[in-house]
Amino acid sequence: MATSIKKLPEIEQVLSGNGACGGCPATMALRMVGKALGPNAIMLLTPACSVASMGMTPKLGYNWPCINITFASAGSSASGISHALEIMQEKGRIEGELPTVFSWVGDGGTYDIGFQALSAAAERNENIIHFCYNNEAYSNTGVQRSGATPRGTFTTTTPTGKRQPKKNMAHMMLEHNIPYVATATVAYPADLYDKVVKAKSIKGMKYIEILAPCYLGWQFDMPDTVQLSRMAVRSGAWLLWEAENGKISFSNPTAHFINGKKTPDQVNEYLMRQGRFSRLLQGPDAKERIAEIQGDVDREIAFMRERAKITI
Amino acid sequence: MRSVTKAYRPISWPTLGAGGDTGSWRVHRPVVNHELCTKCQFCWVYCPEAVIDRKKITIDYRYCKGCGVCAVECPTGAIAMEKEE
Ligand SMILES: Cc1ncc(C[n+]2csc(CCOP(=O)(O)OP(=O)(O)O)c2C)c(N)n1
Ligand code: SF4
Ligand code: SF4
Ligand code: SF4
Repeated sequence: MATSIKKLPEIEQVLSGNGACGGCPATMALRMVGKALGPNAIMLLTPACSVASMGMTPKLGYNWPCINITFASAGSSASGISHALEIMQEKGRIEGELPTVFSWVGDGGTYDIGFQALSAAAERNENIIHFCYNNEAYSNTGVQRSGATPRGTFTTTTPTGKRQPKKNMAHMMLEHNIPYVATATVAYPADLYDKVVKAKSIKGMKYIEILAPCYLGWQFDMPDTVQLSRMAVRSGAWLLWEAENGKISFSNPTAHFINGKKTPDQVNEYLMRQGRFSRLLQGPDAKERIAEIQGDVDREIAFMRERAKITI
Repeated sequence: MRSVTKAYRPISWPTLGAGGDTGSWRVHRPVVNHELCTKCQFCWVYCPEAVIDRKKITIDYRYCKGCGVCAVECPTGAIAMEKEE
């Protein structure tokens, strides 16, 4: 059973009046992450919306020591800090529990530009948590396509709609044989909270990816951030799962789609709510292109269902 | 820990309103009707800005950006978005 909302801790690590857009899904997610990690943590950020959201120097909108690092280096920088802390502890320069070292990185910084260093950190099983808040584009620079952008999406670099499907990044991290991988999204805050609490308790490399529907990039109305997040899950376009030591389990409602007890909603309702698909939906070949996207969703569900059967 | 040397001194410190008084961004103001409110805390959990008091269900308008997420997620329709003057 997920933690009930009323039992979530009081602590706020994301401070009111930060620089994020109203309704920002990244900030919403980070708030829950803060409740799970608490104050004893060190945050690394690569260039992204969540850096712009920090506010204006000398003020800082997050209540952690925050380090802004280069785009490509979340994996290596977090590894270095984690090692340094262990050495300081050995030398007696830090007492008590070591802070959690975590990176808070967009999909651009995770799927594309930071992929190499992240993969290397995972292969070394570094003691860090890498969070990818996935708004399915490079949002901070005005919405360009990334490896996380789904097929059919309009971005400034895919003016006729992206032709390729997105990567399954969480699955790729799983295949690094790391102790913990999870996916989450803002509509299910208790599920996210529980996954972060679990990740915090595990030593070694943890990867958590959070779908973050961004009204600006996806072109829906600002108050609907959580609605879109819920629709993504209910249509199977976003799957909720976690893997402890390689063993996959699915969270509800995804679990019902995997075991066949329920069928996910058709993806077209979810697409119709987003302006980033409107050119595709209005085009002469709309039917085929929607079928292609539905095909991507169905394939991903089928793939994860089969992958979860491998438990050795 | 040893004293922080100049090289490591932070350039910023955690502060409320790091983006300014973000309440001034608001176009619509969320207004809670306490007769309809069941204190379920859904608005509190989804508010990206952490400006809702989870016990009293009151809103800090100094920083509330007026995104309207709370109003959409409220299961009893207790939050109305009213146009700012
Ligand atoms: C090496 C490098 N290339 C490009 C940039 C410009 N840049 C700053 S933020 C950003 C977008 C980041 O996208 P993502 O990681 O998806 O995070 P989001 O903005 O969506 O939150 C880019 C391209 C940069 N700072 N450094
Ligand atoms: S562009 Fe999207 S992800 Fe970036 S701050 Fe605004 S709402 Fe958040
Ligand atoms: S979501 Fe609505 S009913 Fe629930 S606490 Fe908030 S105002 Fe009250
Ligand atoms: S309008 Fe947005 S920022 Fe204001 S209280 Fe509601 S959810 Fe929070």
